[in-house]
Amino acid sequence: MRYRVAIIGAGIVGTSIARVLSRYENLDIHVIEKNPDVGWGVSKANTGLIHGGYDDDPDKYPLRAKLCIRGNEIWHRWVKELEIPHVWNGALVVALRDEDIKELEVLRRRGERNGVEGLRIISRKELLDMEPLLTPDAKAALFVPNAGQLSPVPAVIALAENSVSNGVKFHLATEVRKIGVKNGAVRWLETNRGRIDADIIINASGLYADSISRMLGIGYFTITPRKGEYLIFDEGIPAPSRILFPTPTPKSKGVVVTKEIGGHLMIGPNAQDLDRKDKENFATTLEGLKEVRDKAKKLWPRIPENGVIRSFAGLRPEPTGGDFIIRSEELWGFLNVAGIRSPGLTSAPAIAYHVRDLLIHELDVKLVEKKKWNPYRKDILRISRMSKNQASSLIGKRPQYGRIVCRCNLVTEGEVMEAIERMRYIGVPQPSIDSVKFRTKATGGTCQGSFCRPKIAWLLAREYEVPLWKVTLKGEGSELGIGDIKVLLRGDGK
Amino acid sequence: MSSEDYHVAVIGGGPAGMAAAYRAWEFGAKVILLDENSYLGGILPQCIHPGFGIHYFKEELTGGEFAHRLQKRIEDSDVEVLFSARVMKMKNGKKKRLVVISPKGIEEISASTVIYAAGARERHVFELGITGDRVAGIYTAGEAQALMDLYGIMPGKEILIVGSGDVGLIMARRFALEGAQVKGVVELMPYPGGLARNLVILQDFNIPLYLSHKVVEIRGKGRVERVKVVKLDSSGQEIPGSELWIHADTVIISAGLIPNIKLLKNLGVRIDAATGGPEINELWETSLQGIFAAGNSVIINDLVDYAVEQGERAAEGAWHRILENRDGRWKKVRRGNNIRFVVPHYISGERDVVLYLRVSAPMENATLMIPELEKALHFSVLKPAEMVRISIKKEELEDAKGITVEVKP
Ligand SMILES: Cc1cc2nc3c(=O)[nH]c(=O)nc-3n(C[C@H](O)[C@H](O)[C@H](O)COP(=O)(O)OP(=O)(O)OC[C@H]3O[C@@H](n4cnc5c(N)ncnc54)[C@H](O)[C@@H]3O)c2cc1C
Repeated sequence: MRYRVAIIGAGIVGTSIARVLSRYENLDIHVIEKNPDVGWGVSKANTGLIHGGYDDDPDKYPLRAKLCIRGNEIWHRWVKELEIPHVWNGALVVALRDEDIKELEVLRRRGERNGVEGLRIISRKELLDMEPLLTPDAKAALFVPNAGQLSPVPAVIALAENSVSNGVKFHLATEVRKIGVKNGAVRWLETNRGRIDADIIINASGLYADSISRMLGIGYFTITPRKGEYLIFDEGIPAPSRILFPTPTPKSKGVVVTKEIGGHLMIGPNAQDLDRKDKENFATTLEGLKEVRDKAKKLWPRIPENGVIRSFAGLRPEPTGGDFIIRSEELWGFLNVAGIRSPGLTSAPAIAYHVRDLLIHELDVKLVEKKKWNPYRKDILRISRMSKNQASSLIGKRPQYGRIVCRCNLVTEGEVMEAIERMRYIGVPQPSIDSVKFRTKATGGTCQGSFCRPKIAWLLAREYEVPLWKVTLKGEGSELGIGDIKVLLRGDGK
Repeated sequence: MSSEDYHVAVIGGGPAGMAAAYRAWEFGAKVILLDENSYLGGILPQCIHPGFGIHYFKEELTGGEFAHRLQKRIEDSDVEVLFSARVMKMKNGKKKRLVVISPKGIEEISASTVIYAAGARERHVFELGITGDRVAGIYTAGEAQALMDLYGIMPGKEILIVGSGDVGLIMARRFALEGAQVKGVVELMPYPGGLARNLVILQDFNIPLYLSHKVVEIRGKGRVERVKVVKLDSSGQEIPGSELWIHADTVIISAGLIPNIKLLKNLGVRIDAATGGPEINELWETSLQGIFAAGNSVIINDLVDYAVEQGERAAEGAWHRILENRDGRWKKVRRGNNIRFVVPHYISGERDVVLYLRVSAPMENATLMIPELEKALHFSVLKPAEMVRISIKKEELEDAKGITVEVKP
C-alpha cells in the first residue's frame, strides 16, 4: 500500500525523519514548513553540540537518555555521508568546587548506564594540559570523548537536499492552519497555500507542536519557550579546543564555552523561562548577555570586553514532563514528535528511526525499501577549503569562483550562485540573505555583512527576478528597502 | 629582479592606494595596484556629496569626481591594475609575496615593497552592545549609502542615526533629501562628533540631536519598529528612568571606523592600540621593513586629501627603501596631555614631517605644544572630530632626541 506522509516542520527533526523515510518505496513524503527556508525554527539558534549522552537521567527522561547516545552514533556516519561541517573534539565537564567532583562521578555512572564509552574523570593537571587557558580554579573534569559539534542549519539543509534527491517534496512558506479528519483518521492539511492530502501526519513543529496537536483536540502537553542567549567573538580571540561545560544544574547544562565550527569563540546559553505564548521572542537582553558573560568567565577568564561580532537568542521548546514526546496518537495516522528540547539536535537521527519504527509497529505500515536510494549529498564547493591547485583549476573553468564577495569569510560569487541554485533545488520560494548566509557563511564574519550584503542581495534579486529592495533579510516583512531611491519623493511609498 | 617582479605592490585602490601607486610610478617604479572591486575609488564612488579635494585640488568635488581624477592619472600611467583581486595572504621576506585570488585564478605576486592601503571597516550594531531583535532595517552608514547611491534603493522612511560624526550627519542629510523623516541623531558624548561644516545639517533639516544618549535596544518583528535610548550622566553612566522609545523603521550605525588590517596583523606588524592601525615612521613604513601603510588603514581621516597625502608619502618611502635601503635613527613621537593619537610614531630629523593627531577631549583656547622643539601653536578650539595636521621643518628637529606632543589650556 502507498501512503502519503506529511511532516509538519522542516527543522532538524522533520528533515531527519524525511531522510529516513525517503528510503521507502511506498511512501510519498511531503514536508510542510511555514518559513521560506528550512531550519529557521529552534534548529537555527542553539549551541550546535552533539552531546555525549551522559547528562539525561534514564529514570526521569527515558527517551532523551536512549535517543541521545544513539543519535550521537548515527551522526558520526551522517556527517560524512552528507558532508556536514563538524568536529569531533570531545567535551570537558569542569568541576570548580570540591562538591562538583561528586556530581561528575554521578554523571560518569549515569553515562555508563546510558551506554556512553570512554568517560573518564581527569585530574586538574591533565585538564590544564588539555586546555591551558582554562581557569586555574578548575579542580577536575569529566572527559567525554564522543562529543562533538556541527553547524545546525547547514545540517538541516544537507538533510533537506538529500531528501529531495530521494524524492521528498518540500512545501516552504506554507503554514498548516487546520488538520482534516474523517472516519477516525487524519486525511488532509489546510495551509495558507491550499490543501495537502495525507494519510499520515507527523507533527515535528518545534515550539508550535502543542498548537498543532490541539488542532486535533490532543492537548495533554504544552510547549513553553525557554530562552538562551549567546555571544560570538571575533577571530583571533582564543577559544578552547574542546567543549567546556560547567558542572550542570537540574535546570540546564549551563553556559558553555566553545570554538564554534567557524573558529570563533562562542559562549552561552543562559536559561530564561518565557510566557507560554511568547514564542517569537528572540530578542537578546542586557541582563541575559551579562549573565552569559559572567558565567562563561568562571570557566574561561579571558573573555574580552570588546570583540563581540554577534549576539543571538534561541528558544528551547520545553515540554510538560521534560522528556521528548514521541507517540502515535489514538487518532489514526497522527504522530506527535514534540518537546524536542536539548539534546534534540543530537537525538534527531535516532528520533527519525524511532518514528519509522512507530510506523511499522503502531500503524502496521509495511515499508518497502527502495532498490536505489542515495545516501550521499555533496557540500557546496568552498574556495577557502581548497588547495591552491584545486582552487586555480576551478577558477579556470568557472571564473566566478575567483571573485570574492564576503571578504571576512572568503566566500566567492561562485559559492553564492551555487547556494542560490540549491535554494531553488529544495524550493525556497523567496530570496533572502539568511538563506545564502547559512549555505555559504557570507555576512557571518568580522564586519557582519556591511560590505557584502548589498552584493549578495543584488545576485539574489537577479536570480529570483525581483526588485532589489524586495530581497529580504529573513523572510517576508524583512525587506531590505521600501522601494527605489525616489519612492518617497514620488509619493508612492507605503 | 626577475621580469615579473614589481618594485611596489599597492593593496587597495581607494584614494590612498591610487595616490601611492601613481606617485611611485612617477618616481620610476614598476607598480601593481590591486583592488577587490571591479572599479577603482574604494568608498568614494558612493559618496555623492561634496567636500572632497579642498586642500589637494583646491576645489570642492564630490567623492565620485575626486575618485575620477585619480583614476584618470592611473589610466594615463604605466601602473598595472588588477581588478576583482583579493590578497588572501602576504609573506614577508626580502621579497614580499602576495597570494592573490581573482577571476583569473590564484597567483603569487612578488614585489620589493608593499603599500597597504586597504581602508577601514565600520563598527556594527553588535560591537556597540545593542541588544534586542536582529531584524531588517539596521545598517551601517556605509552599507546604507551603498544601497542608496550605488544600488538605487531606499532603505526606509523613519530613520534614527547612531553617532553624530561626519558620516552620520551626511547620511542624515542624504535621507532627508530623499523625503525620509530623520527622527534624530543619537550621540554618546556630551558634544557632537562632526566637523562644523556638517553640523549645520541638523539645523537645515530640523533634526533633533540627542547628546549624552545611548541606543541600547532595537525591537521589531521582521524589521525595526522602535529603538530604546537612555540618557547618560556626566560620568557616562545610564540614568535610571531616562529611557525613551523612538519609533523608527531604520537604524543607521555610524559609530566609527576601524582600520582594516587583518593581513598586517597576520604578518606580525606592530599595532598602535590608540589608532587600531600599524605603527609607522615618517615614511609611513610599518615595523616590518618594506611594508608601508597609508590612508584609513593607519588612521581614520576626516578628509580624503590627507589620505592622498599619506599615500604619496608612503610611495616616497617605498622608493627610498628601494634606492637606499637604509634606516634612519628613529626618534620617538610621544603622546602627551589630551592627545588621543599622533602619527607618525617615529621620525628621523632627516626630512620635513607632517604630524596628524587628534585630541581626546574638546578644549577651548588650547595650546598645542612640542616642548622639545619649543614649539607652541594656539587654537581657539580643538575637538576630537577635527584631525590636526601640523608640518615640522627638518631644521626644527635637528637637536631633538624625541618629541612629545601635548595640548594644554
Ligand atoms: C538555546 C538552545 C540550545 C540548544 N543546544 C543544543 C545542543 O547543543 N545540542 C542538542 O542536541 N540540542 C540542542 N538544543 C535543542 C535543539 O536545538 C532542538 O531540540 C532541535 O533543534 C529541535 O528541532 P525541531 O526540528 O524539533 O524544531 P524546529 O527546528 O523548531 O523545527 C520545527 C519547524 O516547524 C515549523 N512550524 C511550526 N509551526 C508550523 C505550522 N503551523 N506549519 C508549518 N510549519 C510549522 C517551524 O517553522 C520550524 O521550522 C538547543 C536548543 C536551544 C533553544
